[in-house]
Amino acid sequence: MLKISDLHVYYGGIHALKGISLDVPTGQIVTLIGANGAGKSSTLRAISGLIKNKKGTIVYNDRDITTLDPVEIVKSGIVMSPEGRRIFPHLSVTENLYLGAFSRSDKDGIERDKEWVFDLFPRMRERQNQKGGTLSGGEQQMLAVARALMSAPDVVMLDEPSLGLAPLLVRDVFEIIKVINAQGKTVVLVEQNAFAALKVAHHAYVLETGVIVLQGTGEELLNDERVIQAYLGG
Amino acid sequence: MTLATFIQHFLNSLTLGSLYALIAIGYTMVYGILRLINFAHSEIFMLGAYFVFWGITLFHLPWAAAMVVSIISVAGIGILVDRVAYRPLRDAPRISALISAIGVSFFLQNVAIVFFQAIPRQVYRPQWLEQPMLWGDVRVLPLTLFVPLLSFCLMMVLVYIVYHTKAGLGMRAISKDIETSYLMGVPVNKVIALTFGIGSALAAASGIMWALRYPQLQPIMGAIPGFKAFIAAVVGGIGSIQGAVIGGLLLGFIEIMTVAFFPDLAGYRDAFAFILLICVLLIKPTGIMGVKTEDKV
Repeated sequence: MLKISDLHVYYGGIHALKGISLDVPTGQIVTLIGANGAGKSSTLRAISGLIKNKKGTIVYNDRDITTLDPVEIVKSGIVMSPEGRRIFPHLSVTENLYLGAFSRSDKDGIERDKEWVFDLFPRMRERQNQKGGTLSGGEQQMLAVARALMSAPDVVMLDEPSLGLAPLLVRDVFEIIKVINAQGKTVVLVEQNAFAALKVAHHAYVLETGVIVLQGTGEELLNDERVIQAYLGG
Repeated sequence: MTLATFIQHFLNSLTLGSLYALIAIGYTMVYGILRLINFAHSEIFMLGAYFVFWGITLFHLPWAAAMVVSIISVAGIGILVDRVAYRPLRDAPRISALISAIGVSFFLQNVAIVFFQAIPRQVYRPQWLEQPMLWGDVRVLPLTLFVPLLSFCLMMVLVYIVYHTKAGLGMRAISKDIETSYLMGVPVNKVIALTFGIGSALAAASGIMWALRYPQLQPIMGAIPGFKAFIAAVVGGIGSIQGAVIGGLLLGFIEIMTVAFFPDLAGYRDAFAFILLICVLLIKPTGIMGVKTEDKV
């Protein structure tokens, strides 16, 4: 269980997160939806240790991880795949995957997980020696998710994984999210595509200008008048 | 020009060129990762030469041992410079780190003047490097074989580290995207420290060998070779290790060959070298091996 309590984030003079609290139960898919600038990415960046200027507590499996740096966060079992995929274009697919496993030293386990992600994403196996930059947008997104999985995480945080992808590929991305969840990974999903995100999520939070304004199960929010009005183009 | 003299000039070019290349690699690696021009790099070069001098005169180490000790301790100083002068400025505007680098450069130069004194020192050179060998008509100094060979070996070690080790993978990742590397669990500061260590070790090796070729030590001896190696790195394509090697060798060849073919113009050799380098940059502004990269936001 990942528990965030009263989290504040500041960028210079800007108060980006104004005391949000949310729970991510083990084994679930939890999604954060909201408009641009609502604080979704800031939440993930604060959890992953990239943002130091924050207040509040982040507790993971009864351990306070609020002040850990990104490397320690990855080692504790929480990994974030950043917005815009950010794969390494000049490195091969395999090197990108090994980079995801940088915090590990169990060689056998790394090779086993490489085979596992190749089974999840057969395209990655086909293109393992190609440079990341030569992959298509959809493949790059798959690589970004595969790379994150290589750290052997328990919690996978995905920031806008469907952004900029063709509708058919968007469907694939959400299929994959369901698959990795079914394989035991807890997923924190930040999405603009509220409809698709709510459909896969067990639980969802709606953020507006740094505050949680609404929460419920994915299904509840899919049928909520306010959500339909604001985010589902009702 | 006879073939024999040409071979001698060729070996001299290779010697000078590999010395520039070793320094240029340090500039290019640090720039590739931090977008920082490490102005203190030429002082690192100088320290390498002085530490051998110290090792031999003060601690009576054999020459080879003094060389190894010097390279290792200079690598340590390079890491320390990063830790003290650059790491605290990682998130600051880039110009701040640049000013810090200039400060470190002056600081090390002045420390050297205080500790080593400004008077030029003679440095010990092993006899076997000085005994000319005769290959037919060609008179070869072992030094002109030793320097390129040792440089080549060091570069091979570097290539191995960068392309075949985990730390090297980390370096290549950081050079493109520090933040994502961090998110993937790469201990960014440790990898950067290693980069400074490797770059400084190579500069120290270059300084030591420079002192074999021009056996006079001065606290400001790093300024001109360092400056030229920096230009070599830019011409080769800053950020590219292959480019640094090509740029360094190119500069060495231009310098020596100008004098060899136009002895009357020997005094203008730097002018010729730089005119040619400017031409290279006019044709390919990103340098020979450079690729156009977008500036980091």
